[in-house]
Amino acid sequence: MISIGKVNKKFGKFTVLNDLTLELELGKSYALIGPNGSGKTTLIKTILGLVIPTSGDITIQDKSILKEWAYREKIGYMPQIGRYPENMTIGQVFEMIKNIRKHTGALDEELIQSFELEKMYGKRMHTLSGGTRQKVSAALAFLFNPPILILDEPTAGLDPVSVEILKDKILKEKESGKLVIITSHIMSDLDDLTTDLVYLFEGDLIYNDSIKNLKKETGETKLGKAISCLITQNKCLTELITS
Amino acid sequence: MKSLLTILLTLCIPLLTFSQSTNGKVSQGASIQLAIDSAAPGDTLFIRAGKYLENNLLIQKPLTLIGLDYPTIDADGKGEIFIVAGKDVTIQGFKLINTGRSSVEDLAAIKGLDAHDITIRDNRFDNTFFAIHLSNTNRALIQNNHLKAEAEHEYQLGNGIHLWKCKRARILDNEVSGHRDGIYFEFVTNSTIERNQSVGNMRYGLHFMFSNENEYLENTFKNNGAGVAVMYSHGMKMRHNNFEDNWGTASYGLLLKDMRDSQIIGNRFTGNTIGIYMESTSRSTFEDNLFKQNGWGVKLQASCDDNSFSKNNFIANTFDFSTNGSLVLNKVNGNYWEKYQGYDLNKDGVGDVPFHPVSMFSVIVEKVPSAMMIYRSMLVTMLDKAEKVIPAMTPENLKDNCPSMKPYDLYRKSK
Amino acid sequence: MTRIIKYILFDMLRTRFILLYLGFLLLSTISMFMLDGDNAKVVLSLLNIVLLVVPLVSVIFTTIHFYNSYEFMEMMLSQPINRKTVFLSQYLAVILALSLALLVGVGLPIFLYGASGSALTLLYASLMLTFVFVSLAFLAAVFTRDKAKAIGVGLLFWFYFALIYDALLLWVVYQFADYPIERATLAMISFNPVDLARILMLLQLDISALMGYTGAFYKEFFGSNMGFVYSTAILLLWTLIPVTWSMRIFKRKDL
Repeated sequence: MISIGKVNKKFGKFTVLNDLTLELELGKSYALIGPNGSGKTTLIKTILGLVIPTSGDITIQDKSILKEWAYREKIGYMPQIGRYPENMTIGQVFEMIKNIRKHTGALDEELIQSFELEKMYGKRMHTLSGGTRQKVSAALAFLFNPPILILDEPTAGLDPVSVEILKDKILKEKESGKLVIITSHIMSDLDDLTTDLVYLFEGDLIYNDSIKNLKKETGETKLGKAISCLITQNKCLTELITS
Repeated sequence: MKSLLTILLTLCIPLLTFSQSTNGKVSQGASIQLAIDSAAPGDTLFIRAGKYLENNLLIQKPLTLIGLDYPTIDADGKGEIFIVAGKDVTIQGFKLINTGRSSVEDLAAIKGLDAHDITIRDNRFDNTFFAIHLSNTNRALIQNNHLKAEAEHEYQLGNGIHLWKCKRARILDNEVSGHRDGIYFEFVTNSTIERNQSVGNMRYGLHFMFSNENEYLENTFKNNGAGVAVMYSHGMKMRHNNFEDNWGTASYGLLLKDMRDSQIIGNRFTGNTIGIYMESTSRSTFEDNLFKQNGWGVKLQASCDDNSFSKNNFIANTFDFSTNGSLVLNKVNGNYWEKYQGYDLNKDGVGDVPFHPVSMFSVIVEKVPSAMMIYRSMLVTMLDKAEKVIPAMTPENLKDNCPSMKPYDLYRKSK
Repeated sequence: MTRIIKYILFDMLRTRFILLYLGFLLLSTISMFMLDGDNAKVVLSLLNIVLLVVPLVSVIFTTIHFYNSYEFMEMMLSQPINRKTVFLSQYLAVILALSLALLVGVGLPIFLYGASGSALTLLYASLMLTFVFVSLAFLAAVFTRDKAKAIGVGLLFWFYFALIYDALLLWVVYQFADYPIERATLAMISFNPVDLARILMLLQLDISALMGYTGAFYKEFFGSNMGFVYSTAILLLWTLIPVTWSMRIFKRKDL
């Protein structure tokens, strides 16, 4: 579905993505992890066209996305911090995004209902709590039933009930055959939600395989443990190389 | 038989002359010169409507020529039209066109030489070099004429009404446009110029040279190279005239040069590049005048002394007052300055702090005209404010000690 | 795009900044008309405010707005919409919001108390200044991710054009007073939008004095409509060049 071919991204002298090659397929759910500054957000932004790669190409359904914008109708994106014009109401935000999307198919308003956002349509964005804003962002990401979902720290700031609602929704969409990319620092969430792991470290792709295999390799049952094992392995490796 | 003829003739001659003196009419195709020559002194000639191709019509006796429905006399670019060299001539109701042009001679539609008591009334002049040119003529009356000329260059134009060495002329209700000077006086005394419109003349609307004790009232001078120039003259009265929109590089509403003992009262100067420009002018009074929306209200050169400015209104001029020296020998007191920002604590209508009408920036512009381009910028506003506090460039003793808080009601006064 | 502009504009019109700006303009214009009945004098006082405040507010508001909308623009750009549309909707919405504030804050009192030629020119000049400084501020904003830096650069623009430039100009004019520097002066004026806006006003208020210039060049320039047309054209260039430039940068920018 999404194929990332030899993508480099440099900010000045600093390399954020280093010759990254990666295939992301429909029906799979990817946990995108890595320490801070490892290039996760840059990768997501590159897929969204917010960051333009220094070299390399990204294709979605075999079509390059560089200098394109219409492909984004296939993507639902939930940002880490959703900020909206302060004096707009929730209703207006939905209206506006609907207007931009010009979506013709059915709308998926499940999250709007389960988060009970309709009741708050008249509220202005600056009166909302961070959690409510996250709910709005989540609802928007799923609203147009896109085949690709990119969720940046989806559960951060949400109350436990809402977290469960959102996780159920993500699972449901994954099972319906969508491509889901999630970044999170909460390993238990990822354990539940994802099938595959993409591990980035300083712009390099360190690991890209199914979680099942990872657990098998490391002999751990929990994703968190497995990953820390991976990290230590990685450290030993880099030390080996440098020495 | 012969005696009978003589008797008949002697009977007829008075009859003939009688009919000529009262009803002498000239129709198109006939010669006006012939009619003038055959007329007796004191006769009235009526010229019927039509076109007469004649020039240099010489009149040397008292005669009244009256055009009926504006007969046109066309000199066809050759010479002059009427040359009057006798007293008591009246020329009325003609359309006089196309005189010759010359750089040597002052060719005119009506030329008067020693033509005392001449009356020129209700005529129209078109495309003439000089329209009316009088020399050595006393008590001329020039009334209600329309004078129009057109040319690209000043040397192609003569003056509209040109008087040289005349006394007690009266010039009333005329309209002059497109000439070099609208009205020109040289060595003319005790004359009156009243209610004329002098518009769009290339040099001056009205020009005095060496002409003393004249007055001009209620005239309008608009769009001329400069409105009025008064040079080497004294004892002039200038009242209730309008000086409007005289724009240009050396363009003044009123230019005063070597003038003394005169009165400039109740005039309106609006939209001129310079309202009044004066040099070497002394002992003159400037009162009840309005200076509005001029580039400079008054430009007073340091060569002027003993003049007094009072009860004038200065409103919305770019610069109210400017001068090129620091020594000021003129009185500027009790005027209304719109730019005045002082206060009046005792409520007597007079500002409690003096007003300095010369702004710093006007001094700068005087030195460097291109600096005008940054006028009204924040920088200039700041500089002007600073100068008000610590005067460094402006003449400190040029100030109005009792500026009026309210504009004077000049309109009512002039009525 | 019009729908997006509408949403952003309505959002902006509710911000405290725009309301304060509107209030300030309305208050100062009306109080000036009340204190002084003379239209011409009010225009003069307003001119000082306009030349100072309009560029300043345009710069600050634009920069603040741009950075406050950063995440929102990201969000919009994750939707199927091209960057040009997003950029232009933001730009036009800012222009519209500030222009509306001017039209209501200055225009309305002018029409109520009597619209003169110079008052309308003032309104026109201040709108032009708004366009120019919004464009310049956008340019500063797309160049750097640092909000404080962008505001700093914007303020520098403002201070330079409002004060420093004229001081330099005066100095040059003084130095070369003996040379024919009319065209050079005019060319220098063209490099300062605030000066161009001021020239529009000079043409209204001081035409009699301007006509006193020696030299046919100024006479032709100021005497016809050429001065007005020229100033407007250059001001439009001052608007279009920064905005197209910043749009080009925005299109290739990493958000």
